[in-house]
Amino acid sequence: MPYLVHTEEDRASMLDSIGAHSIDDLLVDIPESLRIAALDLPDGLSEYETMSQIASLAARNRVFPDRLTFRGGGVYRRFIPAAVAAVTSKPEFYTAYTPYQPEASQGTLQAIFEFQTLIAELTALDVANASLYDGATAVAEAAMMAHIHTGRNEVVVAGYLHPEYVEVLRAFGEGRGIKVRQGTTPGPKTAAVIFQQPDFLGLLVDAATLTENAHAAGALAIACVDPISLAILAPPGEYGADIAVGEGQQLGLSPSYGGPHVGFISCRRELVRRLPGRLIGTAHDKQGRRGFVLALSAREQHIRREKASSNICTNHSLCALAASVYMTYMGPNGLRQVAEVSFKRAHALAERLAKLPGWELAFPDRQFVNEFPMRVPKAPAVVRKLARKGILGPIEVQRWFRGLKGVVTFTCTEVNDAAALDELVAALEA
Amino acid sequence: MTELLSFEKSRQTANPPRLPEADVKAPDPSQVLGPDQLRKKAPGLPHLSEPEIMRHYSRLASMNYSISEQFYPLGSCTMKYNPVVNEVAAALPGFAGLHPYQGEDTVQGALELMWRLERALCAVVGVERVTLQPAAGAHGEWTALRMISAYHRSRGDNRTEVLVPDSAHGTNPASAALSGFQVVEVKSGPDGRISLADLESRLSPRVAALMLTNPNTLGLFERQILDIAEMVHATGAMLYYDGANLNAFMGICRPGDMGFDAVHMNLHKTFTTPHGGGGPGAGPVGVKAELVPFLPTPTVERTNGHLTLDYKRPRSIGRVRSFYGNFGMLVRAYAYVVAMGGDGLTQASRDAVLSANYLRKQVENDLEMPHEGPCMHEFVASAQNLAHEGVKALDVAKALLDRDFYAPTVYFPLVVPEAIMVEPTETESKATLDAFAAAIKEIVAEAKSNPQALHDAPQNLPVGRLDEVAAARRINAYLQGLSEDPVLRWKGGEK
Amino acid sequence: MADRRYTKTHEWVVVDGKTVTVGITDFAQSQLGDVVFLELPSAGRKLAERESFGVVESVKAASDLYSPVAGRVTAVNDKLTANPELVNSDPYGDGWILKLELTDDLPSDLLDAAAYKQVTEASAH
Repeated sequence: MPYLVHTEEDRASMLDSIGAHSIDDLLVDIPESLRIAALDLPDGLSEYETMSQIASLAARNRVFPDRLTFRGGGVYRRFIPAAVAAVTSKPEFYTAYTPYQPEASQGTLQAIFEFQTLIAELTALDVANASLYDGATAVAEAAMMAHIHTGRNEVVVAGYLHPEYVEVLRAFGEGRGIKVRQGTTPGPKTAAVIFQQPDFLGLLVDAATLTENAHAAGALAIACVDPISLAILAPPGEYGADIAVGEGQQLGLSPSYGGPHVGFISCRRELVRRLPGRLIGTAHDKQGRRGFVLALSAREQHIRREKASSNICTNHSLCALAASVYMTYMGPNGLRQVAEVSFKRAHALAERLAKLPGWELAFPDRQFVNEFPMRVPKAPAVVRKLARKGILGPIEVQRWFRGLKGVVTFTCTEVNDAAALDELVAALEA
Repeated sequence: MTELLSFEKSRQTANPPRLPEADVKAPDPSQVLGPDQLRKKAPGLPHLSEPEIMRHYSRLASMNYSISEQFYPLGSCTMKYNPVVNEVAAALPGFAGLHPYQGEDTVQGALELMWRLERALCAVVGVERVTLQPAAGAHGEWTALRMISAYHRSRGDNRTEVLVPDSAHGTNPASAALSGFQVVEVKSGPDGRISLADLESRLSPRVAALMLTNPNTLGLFERQILDIAEMVHATGAMLYYDGANLNAFMGICRPGDMGFDAVHMNLHKTFTTPHGGGGPGAGPVGVKAELVPFLPTPTVERTNGHLTLDYKRPRSIGRVRSFYGNFGMLVRAYAYVVAMGGDGLTQASRDAVLSANYLRKQVENDLEMPHEGPCMHEFVASAQNLAHEGVKALDVAKALLDRDFYAPTVYFPLVVPEAIMVEPTETESKATLDAFAAAIKEIVAEAKSNPQALHDAPQNLPVGRLDEVAAARRINAYLQGLSEDPVLRWKGGEK
Repeated sequence: MADRRYTKTHEWVVVDGKTVTVGITDFAQSQLGDVVFLELPSAGRKLAERESFGVVESVKAASDLYSPVAGRVTAVNDKLTANPELVNSDPYGDGWILKLELTDDLPSDLLDAAAYKQVTEASAH
């Protein structure tokens, strides 16, 4: 049997030491009536047969080439440097446990400390945590922070926040009696105004005004941001937002049918005590050597138990590591280049698509970075036509927003080379 | 060995990575966006070349212990071998390259994998359906409690309390509170098993559920679990299973048969998905028929060999995360289940129980054993016998680090003073177990001959014990505006 | 010297006319370990008897603080902001936490030193 280590001799010797005849002697506490004869599962397979089965499942999926993927909606194809996998596949990183014994975990602790710094810098806020599960739960956790901080129990979602993030926010809120309202005007019961920048359709919102209005009502401003766009767009710290959250998948993680990805959260100094999840800080040993430790643990569930503000026990450490490697590899100039190339390609594509008969930008007065909505005739047929040509086309947003009939969103990143844009347009013109 | 932060090694003049040019005629962001929409100050990311980056991370890696190199006897963590073939499986382009919004007809293989994993987990724990959506154990726990809450509300039943044993892990009460419940503790008896008398006094029409792990956090099987289930169900409450200790009895007995209504599992424990230094994991939840309508949306359905995502679930608690779950971890767990099969999983649990009892026997005269054996897949010892020398469980843990072992869990469960919780798992050889026992004996001897050496441990690692108190005070000084050193991040100009 | 009284939740209280000083006991601080932070109310806040008014945190624990009396907060020991360790080094003196003005009678079930000693002996392990 695979992955088992004991031989029959080992078992016999161990039983002898214990003074038992068989392993069943050790299971005496289990009532007979509960004992089962066997699991209703097939027997195990060799590695060869296992991988054959797995590979045949993989082969039943269709993978669209990166360069012919024009679909976003929260998960994007990006160039992932080889360095990322080279680091995350090191067993010392991927098979390590949670760093509760800091002296034996300085690699993980330092790498994630760097992640916290990178996210804080990118979002221009004071402190970031060690990561969360995904963008959706990050939004929900930020809303919880605002609820605890203000004592208010309403959260206003302004504009097009990712619909799945809103669903998760509602599910989290229910357990704590928090109401979620779609709107633009915060009131006296509002704990926070949450907006996405760029929004789910890819469009830029007036983040500064939304933040101002939130503050005027005594509410917090929570910005859900695209990390790559922050290389060119004003970050939450520059327009006074209190908390920044988002999905870090674009920072070195493959789409992987939706997970595992990585959520990030950062905030102003005053709110740090409310941050959920893990936080890593510096500390020194008796010899004065600097090291890194899990900090402010008294916030967390294993100490506060039912008084914790969150039950999160983990972070997505390996995914945060991937994001760290990506951001370090890119540096500020590389990240800027990625964002600018994506911006330009998307704007060039938008211009060409708007020339197709019956096609138009859905919101021509609004700006975008590299994701944009088009209003098109017969959207489902468009997507099908592209699929037949091996192109993963735009998303039909009517699926979530009934008022947006015929609207589809296209995404363009640095992996969609100029020739790919030609192929897309040619396929649509045919 | 030390390693500076990437930020500390950064040089402004370093070359940025070569990236493709836009090659299209289009405006610059600065030509299109207004000045207030554009970033004023560049983010302070480090400037490093690729060779420097790879050197940096390789050196960091060498400062980590990991299950690939060291034995991790961590109680309730099930640090077993992470099969390397699972990494190959998850990285297959046919999985890694899938966009979550691809049409269902283009991801039949992925959906089939999820469906088969669900079926397999149902078979292991004895439930009707399993949701694979929760991203972590605590996340799954909260999901289960939300389903239980929705169930009671659907029957017009306003139940406000959740019962949790005093020996429970901290996520139990935290998740319960976050689901909107009041947490009430149930006492355990001297053997760590739930006191039926205390349970009876706590049960009432206000109780929504009792949360239990079995075996309990002392590694002992709740012998009276069928009575417990009956008592709980008689009052209309539900029984929730915390799957932290599932490795104790796969193929031997099943939580579903014990009467558990919601069964939580940790793929990163029992099912070998790697810990990653603290995540990602996955926390699927199995449910009996009454809870099926409340499962998170979407579920994976299979009709005539065709798979679909079912969004038409009016009584669902909704979504607990974006998309469908930590799919990459589901692939790994599925590969493990296929390779092991029913026979392999059963032997795994049997060997886990054998190893724990063997190791317990080897150290039973060196540490205090607060409870009688046999244990299941883990045992709790106490360092209380070293108190006379001023040596604590923490000192034992740090001394083990110096001997190239990761430390067991210490100070949990709270009901045992100076607790040391040990779970060897089935993937450690007898030789490793013997070496660990020898290390314990050496440490206990040193406690008597030279306790200061234990207080000074670890000495062989990149850093010794770190002053967490001073760090916490520095952080609090920063948070209160008394200092500008954030401690929780690197800041330009400081160390 | 004013008479010190204790609660089962390990607070102490010293009464001086209508003013009452509150802190945590030596037993409590030794159980907590090195105190790193206190979350405390502002002056003016009204507290009911046994109402939770704040948290005292160490690296490994966080304990709620409960008001032994019904009263209005008149002073908070602001030395504890920069020097939370005073709670450990001088729990009955410089480590005092709050001063309250009584708004009701003193509770009758406050413990004297002997009774509190019994409480600590029962809970110590």
